[in-house]
Amino acid sequence: MNEVIVIYAVTLLLAWPLGKYIAGVFNGSRGAAGAVFLPVENGLYRLFGVNPARPMSWQGYGKSLLKLHLMLGLIVFGLLMAQGFLFLNPDNIDGMSWDLALHTAVSFLTNTNQQHYSGQAQLSYLAHTFGIVTLQVFTPAAGMAALVAIVRTLLGRSDEKKQPAGDGAVSVGNFYEDITRAIVRVMLPVAAVVALIIASQGVPNSYEGARTAIPLDQTAGMEEQNIPIGPVAPMVAIKQVGTNGGGWYGPNSSVPLENPTPVSNFVQTVSIVLIPAALVFALGFMSGRRRLAMVVMGVMVAMSVSLTSVAIWSENQPNAAFSGLAAEGPNLEGKEVRFGATATALWGSWTTQTSNGSVNGMHDSFNPIGGMIPMIDMFINVTFGGIGVGLIGYLLFLLLAAFLGSLMIGRAPEIAGKALETREMKLVCIALLIQPLLILGFSAVTVAFPALTGNSNPGFHGISQVIYEYTSAFANNGSGFEGLGDNTVWWNVTCAINLALGRFIPILAPLAIAASLAAKRSAPEGRGSLAIDTPTFGLMTLAVIVMFTLLSFMPVLILGPIAEALALMS
Amino acid sequence: MTESNNAAVTRSASWLSALRTAIVLIILCGGLYPLLITTAGKVMFPHQALGSMIIIDDTIVGSELVGQRFTAPEYFHGRPSAAEYDPFSVGGSNYAASNPDLKARVADDSAEIAQRENVAPTSIPADLLAASGSGIDPHISPESAILQAERVASARGIAIARVNELIAKYTEGPTLGVFGQPRVNVLKLNLALDGKEFDD
Repeated sequence: MNEVIVIYAVTLLLAWPLGKYIAGVFNGSRGAAGAVFLPVENGLYRLFGVNPARPMSWQGYGKSLLKLHLMLGLIVFGLLMAQGFLFLNPDNIDGMSWDLALHTAVSFLTNTNQQHYSGQAQLSYLAHTFGIVTLQVFTPAAGMAALVAIVRTLLGRSDEKKQPAGDGAVSVGNFYEDITRAIVRVMLPVAAVVALIIASQGVPNSYEGARTAIPLDQTAGMEEQNIPIGPVAPMVAIKQVGTNGGGWYGPNSSVPLENPTPVSNFVQTVSIVLIPAALVFALGFMSGRRRLAMVVMGVMVAMSVSLTSVAIWSENQPNAAFSGLAAEGPNLEGKEVRFGATATALWGSWTTQTSNGSVNGMHDSFNPIGGMIPMIDMFINVTFGGIGVGLIGYLLFLLLAAFLGSLMIGRAPEIAGKALETREMKLVCIALLIQPLLILGFSAVTVAFPALTGNSNPGFHGISQVIYEYTSAFANNGSGFEGLGDNTVWWNVTCAINLALGRFIPILAPLAIAASLAAKRSAPEGRGSLAIDTPTFGLMTLAVIVMFTLLSFMPVLILGPIAEALALMS
Repeated sequence: MTESNNAAVTRSASWLSALRTAIVLIILCGGLYPLLITTAGKVMFPHQALGSMIIIDDTIVGSELVGQRFTAPEYFHGRPSAAEYDPFSVGGSNYAASNPDLKARVADDSAEIAQRENVAPTSIPADLLAASGSGIDPHISPESAILQAERVASARGIAIARVNELIAKYTEGPTLGVFGQPRVNVLKLNLALDGKEFDD
């Protein structure tokens, strides 16, 4: 229990200064960091062939974002299919099938890192580094860029109080400037620090191929043990800090080569929430609305602690299958001895709150209630949430709460002095409702055709496996109930659809909303306007989030994990 | 800000810029970043960089971080593995608690261990019956080691006190008293029983 408290405390204490730093990065503060990074960035702009000073409308910003994603996606897709013929492949790994390569490319392009393959056996070092690691650095930066663009457009900047107005379209910033700063000043430095710490704990760092050991007990039926290594540390670091989650080895950070000690586990757990939490503080520093940031943080911490507590309680209960066959103890099926049930449940909850999706134990083998928590975390998906997109999603709920709240106090709906009208609320509804539509729709079709499911577990848990997979895809999480046989054309293609829609609609719709609001005339914020930075409004937002999630997903929770828990009790 | 800059440009950057940016990012993030870290990590932590191998008389006998299968009575046994301790096919059982196959597996293992160690099933620590997430967990709990001490001692014809001494020596507690669980590295303990010398 002390371990959990220490990890929460350290994460929030580090997130505060990091948030301040990130706000400085995007508010264009010069400072010491600027002196180091600016020449690098200017060099990069020249190589890119772009002018970072040119302002962009939301359409221009969105198109630039999509074009770069498409380019990177095509290159990585080709790399995955052709890796068998290319270099940096000491373990002679073959190329992927078209559907697996498609799913993998889209999965990493959307910051999801859902894996229908096992990295140690199905990716060459070339595909792992140039393909996967590139996207693991790029995609969180893209999320951060989108958030910064939305915040500066919607809430204004502390150093430039007035909204950029003019005769033409509203400027939301320059995509290339935002993404370059996010990569150069935030993602790469933070990842490098984490990479070296976990390397000291035993995460491999080499371009050499697998080692071969001669096991001690030669009567046990294994004459040789081939141990895959590789440039693992830099990948695992960016996987953790970038809300990516896709590991070098199939079972992710449960593998001792990927997460060797309790110390590496501590650092990797903190890394899951560090930047998402820092961005909440950054929101306050960037917009000059620190009280709003504190209220948002309060709501997120409340959701995080309450859901995580349930997961920890559940995993400390015995596994029902062990009843009468073993000493009473926590559920250790699918968990590692060095971490134990509590640290694994904490990770399982955090990784799904942040759309990270890495694991240090198998969620499929969690107790029914313990396994339900990651699903609820992903339905909500704004408890910190993925880098950038988590807070963007929270802002959507905030708009909805402001709309409802204004109506409740008998005012015309508004936020930050701007009227909320039909166009904005339509976009909010599209961005929010597409989630239950896609998850429930695809789950229903898949469950209706049992030949498609690929279930490894029978009964209610089989339903949970299907729902988990689509939820994870749409939430851009990437964790799974991994017993599912998901490397099929059906799963690869339908998940790819969920991945892409779950990523880009929740980014582009809020960007359009922000620009639409910024173009309106601003009424001064006075006593009559709705105060969004009060604890009351925080509670209102929390209530909207809880209601929305329960109304959308309560029925499937009953069909899956709750039914399974009740069946095991009787 | 100039007048012309004030109105935002609806046009995005060109396709060519997107292509150039993609290529430069692949070289920067996928090439330089891992190369720098891997080079630095190899210099700073050479033993860890290659997978923390245990080398005795120029032979790799295993990795500190990778469990091995032990079946001989003179060795401590590790946890059940859904991957048969093959690091190339790592993975957990992914059995749900409600899966009858899990109950069947645990019942079989429990009966076998109870007979082998001459104990009641309900005194077997859960970790010795639960498959790990990785399938190559190198550790067992100290309780699971103590459970096997008598069998190992009698198979080797040595005093149980000596075996318990080694268990105590290879038991690691939580780091700083806070992080992680008490554990015993099975491969290291078995190497020590064999009297093999290696760096701890």
